[in-house]
Amino acid sequence: MTLSPDEIVYFTLGPLKVSATLVFTWVTMAVLVLLSWLVTRNLRVSGAVSGPQHLAEAVVEFLVDEIEGTMQFDARPYLPFVGTLFLFIAMSNVLSIFPGFQQPVGSLTTTAALALAVFLAVPAFGIARVGLGRYLKSYLEPTPFMLPFTILGEVTRTLALAVRLFGNIMSGTVIAAILLSIAPLFFPVIMQLFGLLIGVLQAYIFAVLAMVYIASAASESDRRIEGRGGQEAARPLIEGGTE
Amino acid sequence: MTDMALIGMASVITAGLTVAIGSITNALGQSRALAQALQSMAQQPDESNSITRTLFVGLAMVESTAIYCFVISLILIFANPFWGSVAGG
Repeated sequence: MTLSPDEIVYFTLGPLKVSATLVFTWVTMAVLVLLSWLVTRNLRVSGAVSGPQHLAEAVVEFLVDEIEGTMQFDARPYLPFVGTLFLFIAMSNVLSIFPGFQQPVGSLTTTAALALAVFLAVPAFGIARVGLGRYLKSYLEPTPFMLPFTILGEVTRTLALAVRLFGNIMSGTVIAAILLSIAPLFFPVIMQLFGLLIGVLQAYIFAVLAMVYIASAASESDRRIEGRGGQEAARPLIEGGTE
Repeated sequence: MTDMALIGMASVITAGLTVAIGSITNALGQSRALAQALQSMAQQPDESNSITRTLFVGLAMVESTAIYCFVISLILIFANPFWGSVAGG
């Protein structure tokens, strides 16, 4: 039983090991690109809209609704980043119904890379929205004494993001493998189905957490001016959470 | 008892305990959150969208502690760092 697709190495190019993680990341990306290309080849705004276009519109609309519901901002600047995260993780999980497909997000390297992308995107979006000075000032917001904890929180939540996704996906794979050796007839199918649900849910959670982190960096200064509106009701729980 | 047997025994027992305690406490916490969310949704059905979203994020955060326990027990079983010192590799 292999715990991680990193251990399956197909061939080495000098110092670069081409492992199953890498190959199936490419496969996932290729599927995503191919599907998007097929769908967006002939888009139309009037008349009979094709089925695939309906599906793509539903996905984009779902993402926009989620971003605007969670972040309370205009979704446009954040849609490419958050949407890519969600679609990549979800697609990599859905593709695991094909036999022989090793989930790239079942490897800590992939999830660490995704979490690092979020780690870098948070200050980038924050600075782009509120400016460098106000962004840096937000680190000293309640009191400057909290600075070490704020920085620690940024690091630990990135770690938590990576380990959470990795642990959830990998546990599904491991449990399926264990069940396959104990009760191979029927139960692995149920666990696979359950794993599919968990995978899509984790993709959603990863995207929502990325949105929450970005929103907390980008809205730090606006919140004081706006005061407490009804939209703040859901925030405190999420924003304080850094694990 | 050899060193290897001792390490193996301690690792397996600790791994089991880690997952057991981690999942029990985590399940209690998550079920409290879920019960509260269901109650809130029954009282305010209009807010169920934002409640569900917050619930998912909160559950994911609570769940990460159980995931840590799981990862630690897997490390103990499959990638135990102390094997190297007795098994010579």
